Amino acid sequence: MTQAPKVRPPDPALRLLDVPWDAGVDAVLAYCREVVEDPDFPTVKRWREAGGSVLGHFQVYFPEELARAAGVLPVKVRGAQVEREQADSRFGSYLCSILRSSLELALTGRLEVDLFVTHPICDAARNLAGIWARNRPEPAQILYLPQNPNSTFSGAWLTEEYRRVLGELEAISGKKTTDDDIRAAIGVFNVNRQLLRRLYDIKRRTPWLLPVHEAYVLLALAGLVTREEHNELLAWILPRIEGREARKQDKIRVVFEGGFCEQPPIDLLRAIAEFCYVVDDDLLIGLRWILSDVPTAGDPVHNLAMAYLDDSSYSPVQHDLRKPKERMLLERIRGAEAGAAIVAAAKMCEPGLDEQVAYAQALDEEDIPYFVTEFEERMTSFDHLQIQLETFVENLLFA
Amino acid sequence: MTIKTSPDELIGRGARDGGLLFRDWFDSLTRAAQNDEQAAYVFVMGSLHEILLTFDLHTVFPEINSLQTAVRRVSDEYLSLAEDQGFSPDVCGYVKADYALQLRGGEHPMGTIPKPSIAVLTNACNTYLKWGEIWERMYGIPMVTVDVPGTRGMSRGGRGPTREDMERDRRYVEHQLRELIGQLETLTGKTFDIDRLREVLDLTNRMGRAWREVLKLNRSSPAVFDAMMEGTIFLGVANALRGTEAGAKYFEDLVEEMAYKSLHGISPLLDHGVDYGKEHRLIFVGVPCYPIFRRFYQLFSEWGGVFVSSTYLWFASGGLNLDYEYDLSRPLESLAEGVLLGVQRAGDSMLFHDRYLIEAIDEFGADGVVYHPIKSCRTVSTGLADSRRVVLAERDVLCLYIESDMMDKRVVSEAQLKNRIDAFFEGLDSRRIRKARADEAAPASSPA
Repeated sequence: MTQAPKVRPPDPALRLLDVPWDAGVDAVLAYCREVVEDPDFPTVKRWREAGGSVLGHFQVYFPEELARAAGVLPVKVRGAQVEREQADSRFGSYLCSILRSSLELALTGRLEVDLFVTHPICDAARNLAGIWARNRPEPAQILYLPQNPNSTFSGAWLTEEYRRVLGELEAISGKKTTDDDIRAAIGVFNVNRQLLRRLYDIKRRTPWLLPVHEAYVLLALAGLVTREEHNELLAWILPRIEGREARKQDKIRVVFEGGFCEQPPIDLLRAIAEFCYVVDDDLLIGLRWILSDVPTAGDPVHNLAMAYLDDSSYSPVQHDLRKPKERMLLERIRGAEAGAAIVAAAKMCEPGLDEQVAYAQALDEEDIPYFVTEFEERMTSFDHLQIQLETFVENLLFA
Repeated sequence: MTIKTSPDELIGRGARDGGLLFRDWFDSLTRAAQNDEQAAYVFVMGSLHEILLTFDLHTVFPEINSLQTAVRRVSDEYLSLAEDQGFSPDVCGYVKADYALQLRGGEHPMGTIPKPSIAVLTNACNTYLKWGEIWERMYGIPMVTVDVPGTRGMSRGGRGPTREDMERDRRYVEHQLRELIGQLETLTGKTFDIDRLREVLDLTNRMGRAWREVLKLNRSSPAVFDAMMEGTIFLGVANALRGTEAGAKYFEDLVEEMAYKSLHGISPLLDHGVDYGKEHRLIFVGVPCYPIFRRFYQLFSEWGGVFVSSTYLWFASGGLNLDYEYDLSRPLESLAEGVLLGVQRAGDSMLFHDRYLIEAIDEFGADGVVYHPIKSCRTVSTGLADSRRVVLAERDVLCLYIESDMMDKRVVSEAQLKNRIDAFFEGLDSRRIRKARADEAAPASSPA
């Protein structure tokens, strides 16, 4: 079923980053960006060199606590800005870029995983398990997260499904997992959730201290290192960001929506930051999917399942009667005291493009200004977008 | 089988009767719209038709409505209207055509489509969910998603689902069906009648038995029907009239017709006025090109190409292709199992189809496989280029890979399609000639 299990998972205390702590906040942020954009995944390579197993999980959400408990490094597969030399021959037209670049990473050996998991977030992503399995020796599968979270049985079913997945993770790491291991992992991730909430709180309260592209790299790093190390980094940097000396500028406060799967290039976010304060967003929302701390008492797997269902954010790829997406967007805008929204979608992203229509209608009804755009992860020119965005912002500022 | 009907009446009966039944069905929807009767919007993969019939709800298949706009060459009007409302040219054409149909008050070339009272869907296609959300917003109707876990993976050497895995998933589906029944009781004010469900399941069992027989009969050489042309008609009836006496009888009659054609070597090419000699036996992968449906078919048939099977017949038949019959002694439990297996296999036919294709090539003696990825449907299209590589490596067949769409004429280029299709058949003809020459040149084997 899987590759030969590793003898012993690496110590979670293993450090995968070489953070230049002494060089100051800006240098640390620059280093984080380098790591996030590095298509050779140096942190993953270091983990593997230490004998560790790796789970590659495609967007949007995976219960990474299970991987941590099984001694496996969970790595978020979110594409990359790479030249596609092999993957394109596996796909037809009319498909998003993240699918192609994610497979490219695997085919070229830049990202090596021991288990690949995708999700039925969209019709294209579901296909990735079959394509991956036909092209790579490691197991590839689909984790079906409930699309009927309103059923009274979905929690019980998901608990069992998580246990099944845990078995798959144990098979690759060779570590038998106890409930206490899972509780410990939940504890680590709860700290991470607290720190990420603090990160987003800085964005909301004092966005001039933390532009969207910097916040993004700090968030994205969570998908590349152990959560222990990520916690360590955030615990070091957040107080320093809060202590930054930066002046508030006359920029509009916006919410960026549309970054739940394929990721906009960091330079695109930087271009947005020139004109706007992005006070909330759905970038890599899976890393912030669970909204509050997950209880550790009782059945920890059940707790994780229930947190996914009942204490979670929203995205265009999950249907939940309790969370109509347009209402959730309005809540996000109001919660962040934003005055406008950037409603983006990755090119060829069907859920994102479908949702743009509903979002636009809801925003029209509420008389909230919005800017509709499409992006692609491998964009390199942002001039056109900048001109349009600048016009949009000026219209608002000087209306 | 004893054939009781005259050949003239028999040959082509399935296509004729299918067309009539389909018109009657659309007429019933028009009456439902006029009388403001309750209708459930459902999808072909996991329609749950059986449960809805027990509540006497009309069932509307928006996928069928949309494809009919393309077949009747008016889809561009509907697509334009939806795109004017903000929909991207890159999203599913079925969704956009239906959205426009709703804006046009149900106006459709086959009649008038009633508004939904409820939407019932599975997760067999993710676009179903986005689609259902549109009606939810437009009409404020309940949208019930029955979540059906699919096959988790088919890695080389990977383990398949255990009996415990399947039972766990079945229980999940059953629980959701029971919740659905509660919602339908509230919606209709009717009490669920399990004996009525038994009757309906029995009729689906009859339909399924006949459907599988029809599929098997296409192993005959020459084939007895074209899986893309006639197959689409059959699929329409299989979905719209599932669980009804008319539907069961239609397919039982169809077995009679196909058995006769098999016995007498009557090719579907002759039905369409083509006399090409020996057929090229093909398997179609994907969804047909409806904007030029007949012409698309002719591009193959004029070269003697016959689709002996298709993944469409697998994933769009609501699980009827599976050798599964409902156990009437435990109808709801069994329905849950049938829905689970049907939706799983539909998913497999789209996501992990290479294994099934290889089996079908052997089963139907296929010479070639035609892959038709389309802009509108990423479920069926995403993995086709990759699957083609595997099939070519495993079997000595020719494969054709052509892209267009099931709805959007803007991405259908007949000249380019013809160019590729002609070259494909030239390759098939050439192989046939070379093989015949090689057979002639080979020394006759002497008896041992």
